[in-house]
Amino acid sequence: MQLFVFICAAAMILGGAVGVILRSHPVHAALSLILTLFGVAVLFVAQNAHFLAAVQVIVYAGAIVVLFLFVIMLLGVDKADSLRIDPVKVQRPLAAVVGVGLMGLIGAAIVQGRSTLAQRGTGIDTASGGAGRDSNIRQLATDLFSNHVFAFEITSVLLVIAVVGTVLLARRPRSSGASDGESVIRQNSGAK
Amino acid sequence: MIVAAGTFTAPSIDWFALAPLLVLLVGGLVLLVTASFTPQWPKHLYAYATVALGLAAMVVAFVQWHAITRDGPKLLVGNAVSYDHFSMFGIITICIGLSLSAMVTDDFLRREGMEGPEIYGLYLMAAVGGIVMVMSNDLIVLFLGLETLSISLYVLAASNRRRAESQEAGIKYFVLGGFSSAFFLYGIALIYGGTGSTNFNRILTAFDSVPLQRKDSLVLVGVALLLVGLGFKVSAAPFHFWAPDVYQGSPTPVTAFMASVGKAAAFAALFRVFVVALPNWKDDWRPVVWVLAILTLLVGSISAVVQTNVKRMLAYSSISHAGFILIGLEAAGHSGASTRSGMPSSMMYLMIYSVLVIGTFAVVAVVGRTGDGATDLGSFRGLSRQKPWLATALTVFLLAQAGVPLTSGFIAKFGVIEAAVDEHSYALATIAMVSAVIGAFLYLRILISVWLADAEVGDEKREAMHIPISTGAAILLCVGFTIYVGVNPEWLIQASDRVVLVAVPVVGG
Repeated sequence: MQLFVFICAAAMILGGAVGVILRSHPVHAALSLILTLFGVAVLFVAQNAHFLAAVQVIVYAGAIVVLFLFVIMLLGVDKADSLRIDPVKVQRPLAAVVGVGLMGLIGAAIVQGRSTLAQRGTGIDTASGGAGRDSNIRQLATDLFSNHVFAFEITSVLLVIAVVGTVLLARRPRSSGASDGESVIRQNSGAK
Repeated sequence: MIVAAGTFTAPSIDWFALAPLLVLLVGGLVLLVTASFTPQWPKHLYAYATVALGLAAMVVAFVQWHAITRDGPKLLVGNAVSYDHFSMFGIITICIGLSLSAMVTDDFLRREGMEGPEIYGLYLMAAVGGIVMVMSNDLIVLFLGLETLSISLYVLAASNRRRAESQEAGIKYFVLGGFSSAFFLYGIALIYGGTGSTNFNRILTAFDSVPLQRKDSLVLVGVALLLVGLGFKVSAAPFHFWAPDVYQGSPTPVTAFMASVGKAAAFAALFRVFVVALPNWKDDWRPVVWVLAILTLLVGSISAVVQTNVKRMLAYSSISHAGFILIGLEAAGHSGASTRSGMPSSMMYLMIYSVLVIGTFAVVAVVGRTGDGATDLGSFRGLSRQKPWLATALTVFLLAQAGVPLTSGFIAKFGVIEAAVDEHSYALATIAMVSAVIGAFLYLRILISVWLADAEVGDEKREAMHIPISTGAAILLCVGFTIYVGVNPEWLIQASDRVVLVAVPVVGG
């Protein structure tokens, strides 16, 4: 049963991931991403990490992909981009070879490292080991606010940078009138 | 929930030990918030506030340096952060870079009509990220510091909205940087899988306490992926392709910040991970670092020679400097952190190089004139006749970068090569010296344009160069440091020797 669930979830994840890079329409790619994220949620459930599974669905599949779709719609990227243009001819076959090589390397390492993984306990005890219905949340909270409290707080700096960066990049340049956005675009096309 | 709260003990936080970080973080937030509620501040004020914060953090770091000498190093906040001489040396380097870059940025922003607090806010946040990287004792903390620094740099690279090159630099840096962060993160995941922890001390002890072989494939692949991720950030050779485009396209003071603070923090992280957390695998990563160092040295110095844009030349020269610092890492891979070795000389190299590179780019920013476009070699022709003092300063910086004696650059290069020779890495030392000679050609080429060639035709039609006050002060400080350290290096060498005390203190709890 466990193996069956794992195979189904893995197929969802991989299918979604392949879809993200193969679909040329950005909306379809974003929808494929949802499939991947749901697959990860299923794997979390299979590991008894129910809280993480719920967060995965709500935050990633719910909020983040919806944001992607908003951006796609607002930017008006509703037409498929052509992938025919290939400035350097060898780069695609080369990328495929390197990609397959890297995947093989990491796959081999994981297969060979199975014994190590088996010896290791899990970082957080699974819910079945803890007591009560909330043990998942409780253990996560304890870990977050004890071992990882510094990392937790530093994450807020990242959010500050995201806000400042967005303001800086999205605002129109000052003191040059309304036509400035156009002039940047013109420069851009001129540079190519 | 209430029951759980009773049994929970929060980790103790030593606020004083985190003070340099907090000064910059709180200062940056206050700067951003007050600036957004008040009208445009009088000129220089944003920059001076940033410089004051940088200096304050640096003073605190000096105080802490002495406190550590007295009381010894320790780990903070649940073993996530280490408080030792290495951290303090890195923090001082970052604060010097931050303050000098802010001084150069001040006049630059006014000239380009981009005056505002956001750039300084991002500088401060990036410095916070750099400090987190330098102090980190946990791979997750390190990754967050890396992202804080990198995302600030992506935005800063694209911050000149009027120039398409700046936008292009930002997007290139962002895409490639995101790619390398993915490598880094996957490396963390595999090391966690192999050792059961992301904490440096636990990774170190995992090797002794559990039946974990050195040939454990999970950790080995993790180490390789971490090296790829950090190699990108320090622009080591096969991962250096972003550097010339980004250095050239970014606003010049941002390039200076990137080359000083960005590089210092990334190298400090590299040392933390490889020398502190992964010394048990040093026989595996050292040959890889050896190859990376040689590639970086040769690619950097040889490609620099054929460039015609000075910012691009300096980007390649920065790659070749990265090669020199990798020599220090290779040497540290022989002896570990315990003896006089590659690590102190590399940290000293980073401090010296940060000052040099900011001085050089400050001169380039002045010569670039409004629009930040006149950075090809031709624009530097005849500089000595228009601005003899500026030309003299540039000469000092370039000679120091080439490693001429009586400048700080000589001390830096001598340190790492000495460390390599001490560890019998003669091939590496020889190649380093050869590439220093090749690199010298590049610097001489710029100097010949500056001193011997006549001004470019049509140069008199361009606006006159003028050296604004705070950029001038920054250049003067950099020249002073370069020559003072070159003539009188003992104090810096002695201070950097303390850096060998990288924390491997007992894990508490």
